[in-house]
Amino acid sequence: MDKIKKTFVDSDIQVFIGKQLRMGVMIACAIAIVGGIYYLCRHGLEATPKYSRFLGEPDLYTTITGIFSGIIALKARCIIQFGVVVLLATPIFRVFFSLIAFMKEKDWMYVFITALVLGVIIFSMTTGVKL
Amino acid sequence: MYTVLMFTLIVLIGAFLAGLLGSLTGLGGGVIVIPLLTLGFGVDFHYAIGAALVACIATSSGSASAYVREGITNIRLGMFLEIATTIGAVCGAAVAIFLNSNVIAVIFGLVLVFTVVMTLRKRGSDHEDVVGSPLAKKLKLYGTYPMKDGTIKSYTLTNVVPGFSVMWLAGVLSGLLGIGSGVLKVLAMDSAMKVPFKVSTTTSNFMIGVTASASAVVYLQRGYIDPGIALPIIVGVLAGSLSGAKLLKRLDVKPLKIIFCCAIFLVAINMIYNGMLGKF
Repeated sequence: MDKIKKTFVDSDIQVFIGKQLRMGVMIACAIAIVGGIYYLCRHGLEATPKYSRFLGEPDLYTTITGIFSGIIALKARCIIQFGVVVLLATPIFRVFFSLIAFMKEKDWMYVFITALVLGVIIFSMTTGVKL
Repeated sequence: MYTVLMFTLIVLIGAFLAGLLGSLTGLGGGVIVIPLLTLGFGVDFHYAIGAALVACIATSSGSASAYVREGITNIRLGMFLEIATTIGAVCGAAVAIFLNSNVIAVIFGLVLVFTVVMTLRKRGSDHEDVVGSPLAKKLKLYGTYPMKDGTIKSYTLTNVVPGFSVMWLAGVLSGLLGIGSGVLKVLAMDSAMKVPFKVSTTTSNFMIGVTASASAVVYLQRGYIDPGIALPIIVGVLAGSLSGAKLLKRLDVKPLKIIFCCAIFLVAINMIYNGMLGKF
């Protein structure tokens, strides 16, 4: 009985995670396309920025507050960058949802393992700020 | 000098082909996006790595969803090994900042050669009758997966520590080079841990997104991800890999795989050569 119950919950998680991953990618792609069309309409005929030399991006594209202030100001490149952020967030949310699923299953060992992975990503996020 | 429109359209076509060939041959999108941008468009290596990471996340999450739903992916195994890959990815991203583009190019070339050799190797086995190790049992890493005829097959695995270590290395390379390191991940599960091949490849694919995200958050904040490059890469690679997955079901990809691997091998040599001459 125990075993049957477990596989049931497991397959529930699988369906949910599968849907969430697809949704995340599709939403990210849609945002990037909307921003992209707007970007091409406004700047399509300008010369390409110099990508041959690495200059780094301004805060506008590297911080959440920067990206949001850019979106409010209707900056096309910020809308695209928001799509990128949604894309990066998709697997991270997947880890977060797995954490909740393992909690529901009372599988404490995997709650710990998942929390560890989430911790590494959060560490990376918070220390990744420009030095 | 391209206009923005021209650049976007050409990279879009290139990224579509990268996604298509990447999924048909099993090489993945990242390893193609980097030479495409650096050698093809003269884009700086840092921007190329940022774009490749974005490409990895898009293809991995896009295709992983189907395998997860079919119950082939071993979520616990993936979750456990992600401890190693995410720590590795953070290490790789940290080291990448101090490395010169030319050094990264040479390492990338070498990894590319390794990837080609491993891709041309014969398909891994289903590893039947594996005696699971106590540690694997303790970590609940066993699982089941559906066979082609619809029956459910169960499996266990072994060599958890060696597999975990190789995964760390896969994470480092992912963070350093912006690739998914799928080949190394499969090697760790298939050769070391004796996981059935189908489970290895799908679980590897499942892990790539999280691994790439762990270093991508660093790259994004350091300004390595440019929206003007990310746009055609996301859209192109995603459309390409989805088309590839559809084609894969009714196409014999073996000749394509060999031709393409030869081409990638030449690209790898070019990368190493240019890196040694200090041209990046």
